Formats: sequence, C-alpha cells, structure tokens
Amino acid sequence: MATIITIMAADHRRCDEIFSDAENLVSTKDWGEGGKAFAAFRDATLNHFAMEEERLFPAFEQHIGHAMGPVQIMRMEHNQMRQLLSEMEQAVADRDDTRYLGLSETLMMIIQQHNMKEEQMLYPMMDRTLGEAGAEIAQEIHSS
Amino acid sequence: MLNTASLSLEQAPPISIPFRFFLTAPLFGIVSGFLVLFYGETPFVSRWSPLMLGLTHMMTLGFLTMVMCGAMLQMLPVIAGSPVPHVVMVGASLHVLLVLGTLALVLAFLTGTPLIMLIALVAIGVGLCAFIAAVTIAQLRVISSGATVGGMKLAVSALLLTLLLGSIAALGYAGIIRIPNLAILADAHLGWGLLGWMGLLLISVSFQLVPMFQVTPEYPDWVKRFLPWMIFVALLIWLLLRSGWIVAAWISLLALLVLMVVVFGFTLFSIYTLLLQSRRKRRVPDVTLLFWRLGMILLAGSALFWLSGVLFPPVREAQYFSILLGIGLVQGVVLSVVNGMLYKIVPFLCWFHLQNRQMNLMCMMVRIPNMKEFVTDRAAKRQFYLHLSAFLFSAAAAVMPLWFSRPAALLFIASNLLLLINLFLAVGRFRATFRLLEPTTQESVC
Repeated sequence: MATIITIMAADHRRCDEIFSDAENLVSTKDWGEGGKAFAAFRDATLNHFAMEEERLFPAFEQHIGHAMGPVQIMRMEHNQMRQLLSEMEQAVADRDDTRYLGLSETLMMIIQQHNMKEEQMLYPMMDRTLGEAGAEIAQEIHSS
Repeated sequence: MLNTASLSLEQAPPISIPFRFFLTAPLFGIVSGFLVLFYGETPFVSRWSPLMLGLTHMMTLGFLTMVMCGAMLQMLPVIAGSPVPHVVMVGASLHVLLVLGTLALVLAFLTGTPLIMLIALVAIGVGLCAFIAAVTIAQLRVISSGATVGGMKLAVSALLLTLLLGSIAALGYAGIIRIPNLAILADAHLGWGLLGWMGLLLISVSFQLVPMFQVTPEYPDWVKRFLPWMIFVALLIWLLLRSGWIVAAWISLLALLVLMVVVFGFTLFSIYTLLLQSRRKRRVPDVTLLFWRLGMILLAGSALFWLSGVLFPPVREAQYFSILLGIGLVQGVVLSVVNGMLYKIVPFLCWFHLQNRQMNLMCMMVRIPNMKEFVTDRAAKRQFYLHLSAFLFSAAAAVMPLWFSRPAALLFIASNLLLLINLFLAVGRFRATFRLLEPTTQESVC
C-alpha cells in the first residue's frame, strides 16, 4: 500500500539528486547543462511544494479540524526556499557560480532540515491520522 | 499514538543560546595551547601528569562537550520535533557552569586542592545534570524514534555515567575519599566519555547527517539499529568486568575481548562512513567534508594503533602509547568532526534567523548574505590545514615531546584563533544585517 511517507520521501531523494547534478555542473561552469539541470530541480521542488500545499496539508488540516502550527511552519519554510530558488535563478542568469554555490549550500541546509522534520514527524503523523484517505492521496500524487 | 499537540517544528532557542557555546569552545583550545607553549614537554611525561589531565579536560569538557551540548539544544527540535524545556535557562546556566567548572577542574588538577575540586564537581555536576534532565524530558516527549534519537538517548546516558565515574575518580584524586584502584576507575571514566558519550553521539548524528547533506546512500538498517546498542551494551559489560566485583585471571582477558567488540564497532562505522562519502552524489568541494573524512580516517587509524598495542607488547609499553592514542581520538577524531560541523551550523543559523526576521518584517529590501558569505570557503579551508598541521605536530610531540611540543602548541593556538576569528566574522556579519532589519533604528531600511 502506498503511504505518504514512502511516496513523499522518495520525491525528496529525487529532488536531492537533481539538485546535486545542477550543483556539480555549475561548479564546472557548464552553464548550458547546469542551467537546464537547475530548471529541472526548481520545477521538481515547486511541484513537490504544490503537492503538499494543495493536497496533503489541506486534507490533513481538514481532518483534524483546524490549522496546525507545524504545518504553518512547513508552509513558511517553503516560502524561504522559494526565495532562495529565485535568487539562484538570478545567479544562473548572471553566470555567477560563486553566488550560486553559496546559495545552493544554504538551500541544501534548509531543505534537509525541512525534510528531516517532514519525514520523521509530519508524514508519519499524517499517515496515521488520515489512514486510507492518506494512502489514496499518496497514490494519486504518485501516479500524477 | 502520535500526539499532534506536542509537535513543535520551530527552531526553538534564540541564536544567542547555541552561539555562546560555539564561541567559547575555541577559547579553551587557545588556553590549552598556551599551557603547552609555557610548559613545553612537561605534560607529555605521562597521561597521569596533572598538566595532561588538565589539558585533556580543557579539550573534552571545555571544547567538545561545550559544542556538543550547545548543538544538541539547537538540534533536538529539528531531529526529534521536541523542544528542550526551559532551553534559555538550561542553556545559559549550563554554559556558565561548564566554563567555571572546567577552569576549576584544571586548577584542582594542578594544585590538588580538595576545595577547588569540590567547587569544580558541583559546577560541572549541576550544569550537566540540568542539561541531561532537560534533554531527557525532551526525548521522552519525542514524536519520532528513529535511529538518531535512539542513539542520542544512549549517548546522553553515557554522559551521565561518565559524569558519575569522573566525579568519584576526582574525589579520589583530591584525597577526599579513598579509592583502592584509581587508575581502573579513571580508565572506565575515560572509556565511557570518549567511546560512550562522544562516540555514540558522533555515530547517531552521522546516521542522519551524512546521507542528507552529501546526498549519499543510507547506512544499512542493521547498522543503524544494532551498532549503537552493541557499543553501549559492550561498554556496560566492560565496565562490570573491570569493576573488580569478580576477581579471576580470565576476567581481564574477557574485558579485553569485550573492548575489542567496541573498537570493531567504531572501525566498522568509520569505514562505512568513508565508503558512503566516496559514493556521494554531491561532488562540490566542501570543507566540512574534509574535516569529517580526516576524523573518520583517524578513527580507523586509532583503532588499528590500539589493536597493535594489544598484539605487540613493545607498542603497548612505549611511554607515548596512551598519549598518542588520546591525541588521535580527541584531537584527531572528535575535534575534527566538531570543528567541521561548526562551519555548517554557525553560517546556517546566521542565515536562518535573519531570513525568519526578514519574513516577519516583510522587509525584502535587505539582502541576506548566503552561508558562504558568513564564512568563506577560503577562510575555512585555511583553518582546516592549520588544524591538520596542529594534529600532526601534536602526534609527533607525543613521541618526541622535547622537539615538537612547542611547535605543536603554536599551531594549535593558530588553528583555534583562526576558528574563533572565522566564527566572530560570521557573527559580525549577522549583527550588521540584523541592524538593517531593525524597524526602529535610523540605519534600518524597513
């Protein structure tokens, strides 16, 4: 059975790998491929945020009947990451690898501590609270 | 059942709490360096020399435990979703008590005054017990119970036992109580402190951080599940065997075999970590990774050196054996990893707190420096090479103290001074940006 934790954690790992590809390419100043890899990473990340903000979080909050502090914090951290992504986009446009690598290091730290909180606490909590409904959403996300 | 109400994912403590620990630690490194510079080869005469005992505790308590406690207060909400209760009070008092207690302890070693020893024990004991209690409460409320949290619980239990064994040994040292075999007790204290508290914390934190930040494959499940427990239980059996409850010829052989299991566990961990790191997806140069790999190589190296001492009596009986092993583990392994971690934690916290503030004030005009603008790669790398040279010279000083102790001290002072400068520059940049984000001052642009 699909669970939120397995599907979403796998998506985290997928984003990490595209992130690494983009960073490796930018560090060799391969802006052609690096720019493409960055765009792929940005799209994958924004898509992940959308799955959470439009599907998972509302379903969870609807189920428990109120807006939840930790979920709010996840949304806020998404915004922090969106801001970094747009700064990185500028660095790609400016061909500024030093700036890109400083930003990507920062983004990596916030992504990982964000993922830690989701994978260790929030997703398991959602799986247990939502039960079958959660599995369905996970399956839908997986096949979309 | 998961309790949604108690989950807190906020970065609990204010930045000043972890930072006071991080900025104090290099000062203890600098003072240690000056002590060796002043006394030269004297501390290297024996691991039991008062100066060597003082130096060891300046590093293990004043530097390493200092940073490890500060980092745990910071990290528990992230790793376990459970903030430390009264974190400001616990953090602030632990910091003061650890500074005073460590200084008093060193003074007590040097002077042998019972009163100073008692002051040291009370300060360290109260500070660490408050820390252990607060962290334990946080861990009991924990939502997730992954391998990292489990390992941290074992590490904190090991810290408590280290404190207990150390306190009894210290009372014996100062002549307050009579202890028949102080050397065995001191060995137990040292084993639990290095391999239990520091070793288990290192292992359990690695399970989480190595795959996440370098994008490496995961440690296998059986390693994550069994390794910390195997080391903890083996250390307990070792302690019981060495406690002198049973007196028989075969006991010390058995104790040695059990200790081998512990050493085997750490060797496995170090090799596995190096293997995972070599398969990392993220290939960009990373100073923290340099520190970390140095630590792992020296962990395997120290294990090999210890084993050669067990197998070959001439190695074991060399005057420098214990001191070289201690330098390898404390300065080579734990200090390397802790020093390297500071270059991730400090810039990240600077950025994180500033960006949070910016978002709360909706003041998007101010540009927040990124992590590498708080501490540049060049500055961190320069300090890494100083740290490496200081370690090599210290290892040489263990063998030939007359020649190498003072050069090693100079390099060690330089390394810690540069670390302190790098951290202070980061804090300076943090403050300058923070001022721009202050809604009330003239400088602010909000």
